[in-house]
Amino acid sequence: MSVETAAKPVVTAEPSAMVDTRTASMRAVYIIWYRDILRYWRDTWRLVASLAQPLLFLVVFGSGLSSSLGGAFGRGTGISYIQFMYPGIIGMSILFTAIFGAMSIVWDREFGFLKEVLVAPIDRWAVAIGKALGGTTQAMIQGLILLVLAPFVGVKLNLLTLFELVPLAAVLAFGLASFGVAIASMMKSLQGFQVVMNFLMMPMFFLSGALFPLTNLPAWMTWLTRINPASYGIDPIRRVVLANSGAVNVDSLGLTINSHVLAIPLEAGIMLAFGAVLLGVAVVMFQRRD
Amino acid sequence: MAETVIEAKGLVKKYGDLEAVAGIDLEVHPGEIFGFLGPNGAGKSTTISMLCTLLAPTAGAARVAGVDVVHDPAAVRQRIGLVFQDPSLDDQLTARENLEFHAFIYSVPSPERRRRIDEMLDMMQLTDRASSQVKTFSGGMKRRLEIARGMLHQPQILFLDEPTLGLDPQTRKSIWTHLNELRGTKGVTIFMTTHYMDEAEYCDRIAIIDHGKIVALGTPDELKAMVGGDVVTITSNQPEVAAKEIKELLGVVPSGDNGTLRMEVADGKSFVPRVVRELTAQVETVSLRRPSLDDVFLKLTGRAIREEEVSTRNFNRQMASRWMGRRR
Repeated sequence: MSVETAAKPVVTAEPSAMVDTRTASMRAVYIIWYRDILRYWRDTWRLVASLAQPLLFLVVFGSGLSSSLGGAFGRGTGISYIQFMYPGIIGMSILFTAIFGAMSIVWDREFGFLKEVLVAPIDRWAVAIGKALGGTTQAMIQGLILLVLAPFVGVKLNLLTLFELVPLAAVLAFGLASFGVAIASMMKSLQGFQVVMNFLMMPMFFLSGALFPLTNLPAWMTWLTRINPASYGIDPIRRVVLANSGAVNVDSLGLTINSHVLAIPLEAGIMLAFGAVLLGVAVVMFQRRD
Repeated sequence: MAETVIEAKGLVKKYGDLEAVAGIDLEVHPGEIFGFLGPNGAGKSTTISMLCTLLAPTAGAARVAGVDVVHDPAAVRQRIGLVFQDPSLDDQLTARENLEFHAFIYSVPSPERRRRIDEMLDMMQLTDRASSQVKTFSGGMKRRLEIARGMLHQPQILFLDEPTLGLDPQTRKSIWTHLNELRGTKGVTIFMTTHYMDEAEYCDRIAIIDHGKIVALGTPDELKAMVGGDVVTITSNQPEVAAKEIKELLGVVPSGDNGTLRMEVADGKSFVPRVVRELTAQVETVSLRRPSLDDVFLKLTGRAIREEEVSTRNFNRQMASRWMGRRR
């Protein structure tokens, strides 16, 4: 090997045109988001597998409970248990995907890619936001895909419903994805993340009104369901999904505070605020760590 | 050459009472391949991390590509390329996608992006695998891709932390060919750490670091000249007698163990016949060679860079990648 290059070319590499960090960071948000989506589409098996769980819930759990409850469910609202549960399962799908999407941060840390991102000449907030938006998009798709099952559970949808559902699904997905990113920013190992997530995610799911109405619960449970942010994301989805299913007074099955039904924009606002606060936490955590 | 691209003065890094880097001064010139050589734990990675602004120095100052590392780390990072010791590619993405990601976060202007990616893929001989997912790549290909990635934003300096660790000798050689080509065509300055002595020979200049301090700095030839002449090694079945006789009759103090005696002499060619002639102890083998950097290191620190440290680490790394392969 000829290593003794006597005459060194003194063509000093021209530094890339200096770009201000803010523009660079905005661009970074986009590419971090894009990478997540790319990986999501590429992972066909994950896509298929993540549909299996909601189906299992709907078909096995839903049908089983539906037939044993019979007409006892719903007290004259005119919907079956499986219809009640269907929007809850959409919510579940969003919840699990959003939170597990954040696991990719811990994964990237474990396998080195996060380093490539963190040493780039960009602000750290771009990483937190890019990741939260990536998780939001994946979770939204994962939830909205389940709308194709509507005819099988006897739920009628129309175009207006769809238009209302997209932002509601986005808000729920954003809130939970930000929550996931905030947790992931504090976790150093995959095991740690999984333990914490299981500890938080299952109660969040059970207490969200996805599986049973949030009315006439014991006091302690009423209290827990009302402080659970997921409740405020799943309730409006249910109300919109079931709006055209011939159900009467379906709001009474959902989230009430002192027997008042909350307006959908208010619920969405609460969810959005929750997401914004946790995204703020994630940004601070990312900026702090070395 | 008065011009410098890296300039460090009194760099110190302390972790509590432990002084990982104990005051390092160095200057690197444009277009140089500068090697940082030392055993594990000597402070190589800590020093390179401070120069790359990944760690803040406890004391001292450094300018990299004309920018102060403490004052404006983001500007330093825009001007340098990094190849980490541990793999940092997304192996679910293709080679090209990994490069696109990098070009994006380093603000490579969009008309340039494709051209530079193609150029680097071509230089690193990865063009035919550009659309394959990185998980199908060999260790050497991954390293080449990381080097390509580090060069995309046209850095003035490419930092590589143990770039050939865990690669087989042939692959290591090919990485070196590529690094030389890069320096030749792009004029980039290369700063690397290694604990492979044979690799350090390829560098223009080397700093030998031990216990957080630079113990010698110069070209490989200058460093070898410090050993003084040739290295003669003999084996004998009576090593103690032989050692005593060499000291008394030939005036040289040998060092060694397990029946092997090693000595540094000014003129090896005339020394060897005298050994054979004058020693009464039976000499089994004699070897004569030019000093290597191993000898320099041994002379300066009193010990060799032990190979087993290296192999344990390679072993761990292989196990880790096997495990990762399964998980992914």
